[in-house]
Amino acid sequence: MGNVPSAVKHCLSYQQLLREHLWIGDSVAGALEPAQESSRLSGLPEYVKIVEVGPRDGLQNEKIIVPTDIKIEFINQLSQTGLSVIEVTSFVSSRWVPQMADHTEVMKGIHQYPGIRYPVLTPNLQGFHRAVAAGATEISVFGAASESFSKKNINCSIEESMGKFEEVIKSARHMNIPARGYVSCALGCPYEGSVTPQKVTEVSKRLYGMGCYEISLGDTIGVGTPGSMKRMLESVMKEIPPGAIAVHCHDTYGQALANILTALQMGINVVDSAVSGLGGCPYAKGASGNVATEDLLYMLNGLGLNTGVNLYKVMEAGDFICKAVNKTTNSKVAQASFSA
Amino acid sequence: MATVRKVQPWRLVGLASLRAVSTSSTDTFPKHVKIVEVGPRDGLQNEKNIIPTPVKVKLINMLSEAGLPVIEATSFVSPKWVPQMADHTEVLKGIQKFPGISYPVLTPNMKGFKAAVAAGAKEVSVFGAASELFTRKNINCSIEESLQQFEVVLKEAQAASISVRGYVSCVLGCPYEGKISPAKVAEVSKKLYSMGCYEISLGDTIGVGTPGIMKDMLSAVMQEVPLSALAVHCHDTYGQALANTLVALQMGVSVVDSSVAGLGGCPYAQGASGNVATEDLVYMLTGLGIHTGVNLQKLMEAGNFICQALNRKTSSKVAQASCKL
Repeated sequence: MGNVPSAVKHCLSYQQLLREHLWIGDSVAGALEPAQESSRLSGLPEYVKIVEVGPRDGLQNEKIIVPTDIKIEFINQLSQTGLSVIEVTSFVSSRWVPQMADHTEVMKGIHQYPGIRYPVLTPNLQGFHRAVAAGATEISVFGAASESFSKKNINCSIEESMGKFEEVIKSARHMNIPARGYVSCALGCPYEGSVTPQKVTEVSKRLYGMGCYEISLGDTIGVGTPGSMKRMLESVMKEIPPGAIAVHCHDTYGQALANILTALQMGINVVDSAVSGLGGCPYAKGASGNVATEDLLYMLNGLGLNTGVNLYKVMEAGDFICKAVNKTTNSKVAQASFSA
Repeated sequence: MATVRKVQPWRLVGLASLRAVSTSSTDTFPKHVKIVEVGPRDGLQNEKNIIPTPVKVKLINMLSEAGLPVIEATSFVSPKWVPQMADHTEVLKGIQKFPGISYPVLTPNMKGFKAAVAAGAKEVSVFGAASELFTRKNINCSIEESLQQFEVVLKEAQAASISVRGYVSCVLGCPYEGKISPAKVAEVSKKLYSMGCYEISLGDTIGVGTPGIMKDMLSAVMQEVPLSALAVHCHDTYGQALANTLVALQMGVSVVDSSVAGLGGCPYAQGASGNVATEDLVYMLTGLGIHTGVNLQKLMEAGNFICQALNRKTSSKVAQASCKL
């Protein structure tokens, strides 16, 4: 900019521009009119499913232990935004992940809206049974494309972890419970450095072959860039149909939206994100973690892609949880939209 | 000199392995991108704390050491409007001018231009806008009147063999007018280019743009101005800057403006961020195998230095991730 005028806080046209971008439509969740002229990039999917991982992946990486009733209220608020998949909690030992110690209470306490799915993490058979007993109707298992990460994270090799997951997925299928597979370190590992696309493909293929309906490829430490995202997806897409692939990008190096755009351009139409960009990075102190759902939505809305999600309601849920964990939002859209 | 916090070893592994795997892809990305560093001007201009002249000079010198080919040093504007840039002459005279690096300065009018030349400027910039209301509010005249003023400056500049860069603000949206038509952006860009600006920097001033809108705007402008003369200047107010820049690169744009540490807020959205951070941009370009000539480590040192001087946290995610708390 040239000369800087004094701050303009409430500019009528600006509000209107934001309105168009933020799709602040009527209050019915998800029932929004698309912007009059949305600008499409050719070759993008018409509809993108957002998988909200804030309550699990997000909160799991927050220091402050959030009370159960706050978690429940948070998830209930997210259920009103139009999000169709909300990852609720993790049935993991409270010794490892204290934040998720109340998994049963949260699962039982939330209002399960029809049409919305509430998957939970189940690292092993014990966790799976507990999850089912608590009312879970969808589960996730977490693999990794790095041996070192697998050993450090869940204390076993990739091969051993596959054995455990196979047990879980078999039981799940037996009970008609869908299973989602995650592959961590898809674009880099905090211990091994670079990870080959071939390894990611190999692990993804195993999980898919076991019966996971979707494979979420995670850039766990956010080191990926559009080039490495493209190479990795090209490899995985040779073995797994694009419709069964999701991307889970961390924004640790600010690359998440550029990486997600690259994935969309390649035909991927499922994206994981966390409201307010909840969750830091356990491997880089002070760094950010998940990509913010608000910022993702802003981009998808601008691209004219359908998501069914009301950005303004997501921002409200984000505002709620940030106050509860006493932190400022990591979402730039939220930062820009709420007056300081 | 500010101490550099030690980078964790695995981080270096990550970056090194990125360099190793970043072979040129089959995408039509440019092989080389010129980064225009606007931190000392666009960045500092939007920071509340007034920075002493020696600190500004040191920042620019550190940026020169980092290998940035173009560093916008200051703005020859009245200190009444932009107090941060009151020391423009001292800054321009005080910096070390590395060979091969350009140090353009903003010159909104003839008075500023003359003062800039007297202070040793070899390159200047003029600032147009694709919005009538924005021009009125910003420089108190219409787009047409502003272009006439610039034409006067450009004629003088040409006579003195001084290169001129043209900026077009509000290319993806305006805080007063809202939507901006790509045709209007193309019209203003064409006029600046035909007046003699060697490069046109297209600025998403309030950061509202998204990749599709960026593409539409660039498609229109590329019909009037050659691709090699285009630059993008994305603000990260809504987190869209790198995605927007990526699309511009995919379309063949090879000049990108950015600001070390993401300096500079946004006067139109209190509390919001402004410029895209040079560190995060360099990270992306390096990962894409695109050559920039910039040393990321030295760049981060410069960012660390200026943030300490400003007593603020960096807006660069790369810098955040690389520093131990």
